[in-house]
Amino acid sequence: MQPTDIANPDYFHKVVDCQWACPAHTPVPEYIRLIAAGRNADAYMVNWKSNVFPGILGRTCDRPCEPACRRGRIEAEPVAICRLKRVAADNKGDVSGLMPAKTTVGNDRRVAFVGAGPASLSVVRDLVPLGYSCTIYDSDPKAGGMIRSQIPRFRLPEQVIDEEVGYILGMGNIELRLGQRVDSLKSLIDEGYDAIFVGSGAPRGRDLDIPGRKEAAANIHIGIDWLSSVSFGHIEKIGKRVIVLGGGNTAMDCCRSSKRLGGEEVTVVVRSGFGEMKASPWEKEDAQHEGIPIKNFLVPKAFIHEGGRLKAMSFDKVEAKIDAKGRRELVPTGEPEVMIECDDVLVAIGQENSFPWIERDIGMEFDRWGMPKVDPKTLQSTIPNVFFGGDAAFGPKNIIWAVAHGHDAAISIDKFLNGEDLSVRPPPGVQVSSQKMGIHEWSYDNDISAAIRNKVPWRDLGTTLKDIKVEVEMGFDLKLAYSETQRCLNCDIQTVFARNLCIECDACVDICPVDCLTFTENGEEDDLRGRLTQPARNRTQDLYLSDVLKTGRIMAKDEDVCLHCGLCAERCPTGAWDMQKFLIEMTHAGTACRSR
Amino acid sequence: MSYLPKPKFRHPDLPKNALGYTRRDYEGSVSTLCAGCGHDSISAAIIQACYELDIEPHRLAKLSGIGCSSKTPTYFLGQSHGFNSVHGRMPSVLTGANLANRDLIYLGVSGDGDSASIGLGQFAHSIRRGVNMVYIVENNGVYGLTKGQFSATADAGSKSKWGADNNDSPIDMVGLALQLGATYVARSFSGDKHQLVPLIKGAIRHSGAAFIDCISPCVAFNNHAGSTKSFDYVREHNEAVNALDYMPVRSEITTDYAPGAVEEVTQHDGSVLKLRKLAPDYDPHDRIAALTYLQKKNAEGEIATGLLYIDPEPKDLHAHLNTIETPLNHLGDADLVPGAAALEKFNAARR
Repeated sequence: MQPTDIANPDYFHKVVDCQWACPAHTPVPEYIRLIAAGRNADAYMVNWKSNVFPGILGRTCDRPCEPACRRGRIEAEPVAICRLKRVAADNKGDVSGLMPAKTTVGNDRRVAFVGAGPASLSVVRDLVPLGYSCTIYDSDPKAGGMIRSQIPRFRLPEQVIDEEVGYILGMGNIELRLGQRVDSLKSLIDEGYDAIFVGSGAPRGRDLDIPGRKEAAANIHIGIDWLSSVSFGHIEKIGKRVIVLGGGNTAMDCCRSSKRLGGEEVTVVVRSGFGEMKASPWEKEDAQHEGIPIKNFLVPKAFIHEGGRLKAMSFDKVEAKIDAKGRRELVPTGEPEVMIECDDVLVAIGQENSFPWIERDIGMEFDRWGMPKVDPKTLQSTIPNVFFGGDAAFGPKNIIWAVAHGHDAAISIDKFLNGEDLSVRPPPGVQVSSQKMGIHEWSYDNDISAAIRNKVPWRDLGTTLKDIKVEVEMGFDLKLAYSETQRCLNCDIQTVFARNLCIECDACVDICPVDCLTFTENGEEDDLRGRLTQPARNRTQDLYLSDVLKTGRIMAKDEDVCLHCGLCAERCPTGAWDMQKFLIEMTHAGTACRSR
Repeated sequence: MSYLPKPKFRHPDLPKNALGYTRRDYEGSVSTLCAGCGHDSISAAIIQACYELDIEPHRLAKLSGIGCSSKTPTYFLGQSHGFNSVHGRMPSVLTGANLANRDLIYLGVSGDGDSASIGLGQFAHSIRRGVNMVYIVENNGVYGLTKGQFSATADAGSKSKWGADNNDSPIDMVGLALQLGATYVARSFSGDKHQLVPLIKGAIRHSGAAFIDCISPCVAFNNHAGSTKSFDYVREHNEAVNALDYMPVRSEITTDYAPGAVEEVTQHDGSVLKLRKLAPDYDPHDRIAALTYLQKKNAEGEIATGLLYIDPEPKDLHAHLNTIETPLNHLGDADLVPGAAALEKFNAARR
């Protein structure tokens, strides 16, 4: 194998599993250390710069970082990264002085935004300080998009939305056109904007066309529309017996909201198995904690109604079988149908994009699924000055993806309006600094806590089920938060090897608590992985290889379960190992990302 | 020089031995020796050997004297018995312990200062009595704890870190052990665990006086140009006479050995040492030839390593004294005090 090129920023970035997994590449260990140091405002700003909505995401993020967290590979559970983000937001105090100064001078360029959700707001956040005038259209009466309309208040209090949306809208040079739906892209283009960003989300909830749907329509609701009506106070009550169809996060929000609006017997029904549900495990747990049963392997058959009134739903019982081609399919068991009585049904079986407002004759190309053709890197559509992001670009994802799209689209728009090649993307900003303070002193805390993951305290059910606006999770207090920060392995503090200094004394190999290190003969990857002190079976994790040493061997480090404890560097008599902080930040729109 | 204890986290796939222990269960406290010390590698090799041999930690006693090397038993086998004795007196304490309880495994850990200077006489007598033990000398050629003066094993002509020449003749511990009748004699290098671990395993399973001279570079005071105990010098001049594979029991010779290249030595306990010859015609059963070979290599400036001599059927101290199989410390008053009648009978036989 070739020696590792650590000058390539991707190499060490991948070692920081959480940051690599985050679509916006938030420097997670960096802000966790700031929280541990009590610097919550600074931790908040590291987040704000990268993911724009720390308080919102600290409660609602899909957390792609957590399954990636290295801690989850050395013990049972990853660091509660998302919950720590919330700690920074809850305890930051007044950060208005740390925010970018209000823009007063414009650059005469006008950008229009369709939708005031997370994708659009992220683009606005990046473009306003550069002088662009931003005009945001949204059919809702308040800005925030799905953050405001679809996430129930008991998960995300309104003041958190107001605050973080407010930081952006207060930057100046923004015109808000709320309550104004864009019905025609053509007429928007005709208004002469220099660029248009479409961040209109995936606003259409899927319907269920089975017998009885029309007759009982009055008591059958589309999940996301119903959540939105609840959010804006148009709906305040639901029947006593509620069925929620679907196994995603929207279904979980629907059932928990129902429970708070008068639903006494709320049941979630899913077609497939409990394990196959799309909802995040913690959201399923939250629903079950509130006494909501989840019934699985039931396929909706009909809405049963009497005199125009919904009475019940019937379901076919199915089981999962693997067919001859190895595909999993749901096969009826032949048992009698299952009947569940109900007063209301919420249909939360998925959502999709819908672009009836984009004319098909204005030069925009669509694919065969009716989605506009969008470049995944630049987010540019086939109309050069129209860009897409968030759920509107590639179908339903989540907030953090919308933010990541927002940053990328902002770079593209800025480059486009400065006559630059959009395909040339700015490299990330990287800082590498040794953490050595003395013979055995580091400027990071390398004493790893053995504590297991801390649980977030819940407010008691008696209170939360009575009022839909009472937040269920109370967040970590500072003591719990500190304990949780100490579980972080500081994966951004990299083990950096200097081949010319190594005397091959084996001290690092002997001290390594997790047997990451080997001095051995080079070979092909499969062979080499099998020959290490502890065979490197996790192929998703790289091997860090040195060039040939004095004895003809190489140093091979399996990055998989390295604790970043720094003992190899402490034990090294010649300083061939050093612990160096690798801080990588994505470059956002601005002069730094332009090539001239 | 860590202030922090080694984290308890271990590799999730770390294998377990027959007793259900991982290698990490055989560790001790974190070392306070200088970073990079060869002695720490020897500790790691002992840990590895005991783990692989499925040794119950409470069935082993580690004994040492004074010096850097004699500090090391704290850093391995934290669950075993330990005795840190007076300078140079480890062999006597070990001999006494072995007499009292012959059932334990005895591991004497010493250095060139502890065994070749102040404790030379003690070393010599424990070897010539054939005490059933593993005696490891962690040999770095200098007094590390007192800042690097030459020890008695420093080669004539080698230079100190400060530039002084050593003009005294060295004591060759391996040569002494061979002359004094050790029945398992090896030399190895702390920087080569592939060689060292099997040698320690073979020594632990040897039922007589097993001696290992392990060259262990002192990174603080004896790892410079002009030293003959530095990493670079030892790597350049290391001439292994054989490579050892330790097998718990006799098994088929696998095909990756050329015919005739492997000799099997079955030890008293049934364990098998597979010796792959590296030096042609070297016979590890010929004590006199071994001595000659070592002298010759020494004169050439080379360091002969490997299993240098073995007697697979050794006689130990207990055999010489004809003691009973039961450890003496297990005997009760009834066994130890036969009574006046027995005394009378004994005395009568002497009249």
